[in-house]
Amino acid sequence: MATIRYKGVTVKAITACVPKNISKNSDLTYLIPEEEIQKTVNSIGIREKRYVDEDVTASDLCFKAAERLFEENDIDRNSIDMILFLSQLPDFKIPATAPLLQHRLGLPNTTAALDLSLGCSGYVYALSTAMAYASMPGIDRVLLLDGETFSKIVNRMDKVDAPLYGDAGTATLVEKTNDGSEAVFKLYTDGSGEEAVKIKAGAGRCRTTAENLREHTEKDGSILSDNEVFMNGMEVFNFVMRAVPRSIREVCEAAGADLSGVGHLVLHQANKFMTDFIVKRLKYPVDRVPYCLDRYGNTSSSSVPLTIASELAGTELGDVILSGFGAGLSWGAAYLSLRHCKVSHVIEY
Amino acid sequence: MIDKKQFLQNFADQFDDEPEGLTLETKIRDIEGWASIVALSVMAMCDEEYDVILSANEMENANCIADIFKIVNERIKN
Repeated sequence: MATIRYKGVTVKAITACVPKNISKNSDLTYLIPEEEIQKTVNSIGIREKRYVDEDVTASDLCFKAAERLFEENDIDRNSIDMILFLSQLPDFKIPATAPLLQHRLGLPNTTAALDLSLGCSGYVYALSTAMAYASMPGIDRVLLLDGETFSKIVNRMDKVDAPLYGDAGTATLVEKTNDGSEAVFKLYTDGSGEEAVKIKAGAGRCRTTAENLREHTEKDGSILSDNEVFMNGMEVFNFVMRAVPRSIREVCEAAGADLSGVGHLVLHQANKFMTDFIVKRLKYPVDRVPYCLDRYGNTSSSSVPLTIASELAGTELGDVILSGFGAGLSWGAAYLSLRHCKVSHVIEY
Repeated sequence: MIDKKQFLQNFADQFDDEPEGLTLETKIRDIEGWASIVALSVMAMCDEEYDVILSANEMENANCIADIFKIVNERIKN
């Protein structure tokens, strides 16, 4: 069972960057009848999202978030021993994006650089990876960049995904500490659920062809191609009901913490229907569950650090639980302290 | 056996505009206001009220309310 404990490492800073362009769900009248749009907005809790311009990538948003993090925290770039880039939308298939960011950010050649790929559970996994490296002798500081630009892979005629997804980039600095704090992670996987959220074509198993670029119509009337993201909302919800509340209880148990005493529960911003279900199931006080999906939508793995930056900057933080869940199926929960973390307000690209 | 009347009421509660005259024989997709989000609400209701988690297939294959009622009843027994 993947229960992981880290001592002597902490999250030092978090920043986030979103595109300026706002896509309002009230403008989806071409896709959803006008009388139903408000109901949809109320159910999913998403009023608007941010979309990048065509020539902007997840790494661009992360670059800007990282620059902000360096400035606000007076970080010497030579002190970054490792850079991790988490995204399902890298700049290129080859080379990996982390080396490009190492160069662009002016980090030394002694910096190790690695790409990670995972869906909405990704931040919890990648934070665990960052803490694992930072725990090792020889690595003191890890810069974790987590960005997604789902606007590039969602068909505007997809009734399920078009109202949900937005774009964002984030930066998190993890470093060694002597404050004695402990972080506990529980990580889980069920690959039998691979069809729940998937882009079927465009990679090694099924390369892009003229045929799979052609759009088709789903049962609900959504139009998309196999090179764009497909989500079965019912399968995802079934998974969330079975797995997510339990994982949060289990991480609390592993940490010896009482859930009701945890300062904040930061959930992946899937949609409000799902997050409300989780909060209700856990009987956790809703006023300590930060939400930013009304303004930014579901930004996949970036949603956890984006929510921290958007809703908790400037507040005194303590122990938190982070929960990510999504494609894979993959999910994870982390219990850690953000007491010494400087959280900056969200900036625009 | 779960209470039929209560189940129908719980089912109706998942709609914004509560439908009238639901019976176990009512075809789910013929109910005014039926939408994918209502389907998710029904799944959540079955979990909250009866501690039964419906799969996506069960939900998609259900034709009338009785199909869901039957699954919940069977699952509760087990």
